[in-house]
Amino acid sequence: MQQSNASALASAALGGDDRALGRLISLVESDPGALLQVSPQLAASAQRAHTIGVTGSPGVGKSTLIAELLREFRGEQRRVAVVAVDPSSPFSGGALLGDRIRMQAHVLDRDVFIRSMSNRGHLGGLASRTPDVIDLLSRAGFDVVIVETVGIGQAEVEIANYADTVVLVSTADSGDSVQVAKAGVLEIGDVFVVNKSDRPGSGVIAADLREMLSLGSHADGFDPQVLELSAQSHEGVTELISELARHRAWLSSTGEIGRLRVRRAETRLRSVLAELALTRADLLDDGAAVPRAAAQIAEGSLDVREAARTILDRTTEPPRDR
Amino acid sequence: MTMPTPDPERSRTRIVVAKPGLDGHDRGAKVIARSLRDAGFEVIYTGLHQTPEQIVRTAIQEDAAIIGLSILSGAHMHLFTEVLRLLKENDADGIGVFGGGIIPAPDITTLSEMGVAKIFTPGASTRDVIAWVDDFVASTNQP
Repeated sequence: MQQSNASALASAALGGDDRALGRLISLVESDPGALLQVSPQLAASAQRAHTIGVTGSPGVGKSTLIAELLREFRGEQRRVAVVAVDPSSPFSGGALLGDRIRMQAHVLDRDVFIRSMSNRGHLGGLASRTPDVIDLLSRAGFDVVIVETVGIGQAEVEIANYADTVVLVSTADSGDSVQVAKAGVLEIGDVFVVNKSDRPGSGVIAADLREMLSLGSHADGFDPQVLELSAQSHEGVTELISELARHRAWLSSTGEIGRLRVRRAETRLRSVLAELALTRADLLDDGAAVPRAAAQIAEGSLDVREAARTILDRTTEPPRDR
Repeated sequence: MTMPTPDPERSRTRIVVAKPGLDGHDRGAKVIARSLRDAGFEVIYTGLHQTPEQIVRTAIQEDAAIIGLSILSGAHMHLFTEVLRLLKENDADGIGVFGGGIIPAPDITTLSEMGVAKIFTPGASTRDVIAWVDDFVASTNQP
């Protein structure tokens, strides 16, 4: 896209034009280099939003909970953006994004912006575009940016890389106290929510979580709370709002927010480095280098690490004169 | 089993599938939504009982290329008219609108004249819908 078009889009988006914002997000998703074109304008707009990541297994009620958070934040006159991330099919490349169904009551509110995203190409080695979109939204005049992701595999840990506050949602039904005890998950959660607290066994899950938390210490010294609530009946939601504010205040007062931002920048840098290495490797010999090496590795005539080093070295060779 | 390669054009194409109005039968809409996903498109499903305002605002936030409406209630003339009007009002009439459901032939003619890009009758296959979407995207990409 032309420099002038991207800049015009960014100005309009920062000025509150939803259509421009929608198109700018698409641009960033398909061409993260476009962010570079508009970064002076974005940098002038401070990154002031509180980014909240909400993750957990399918069916625990994340979207319903976010809809309730939206009600509370709007009651406080705060402008909120929501990004709902769902996986895309590694086979068809397509995605069916339905998280916003439960938030549609807010769709006409001028101070709420909801966007669905898939992790398009992410499994294939592309860097996730989610951090770029979050960064854009946090500079686009919103007070809060909520990111919803499905906690499958390492996704819970990933969300910690681009959210200020991570909320881990579980229920008595999903046997999650075992899931939550997986490596890394207990350490990165800033707030633990046991949703559908009316279900039997919720108290036990909450007690299990509290005990596990008391045994270890949080990665950065914060003391996370376990909240039992029922999103559907709005019970316990105000306590969650308070807890989110408490964590945000803690991040500022301890200076942790600065350290967090550096860690996030490093994670993004590393993922872009990996993407660039792969892109360059795929271009070598008009795309033949990688498949040729793969065939040799499969027949046993080439070691995989040696192949990778050779390819990488070749991608950084200065171009030869023809 | 060889891994099929996703089609980059399709995975960049965002389609909002919506059920406007009071009609509560969403099986058809879900079948279309899933088949579009399996064909490699990015589908945003809004759920039931959406007003035209909600649908248009969703399409704008999601930067959709196309809106698909499933209407079995008989209120198609009003609903399509409203959606088209709101798209124009929001300077978003580049977004294509297609639909399916119980819509009589004379109404299909009127709707196309109004600007609805395509109406599928109950006999249409998911393959027909996918082929139409590919053609529509190709035609809007031409300079």
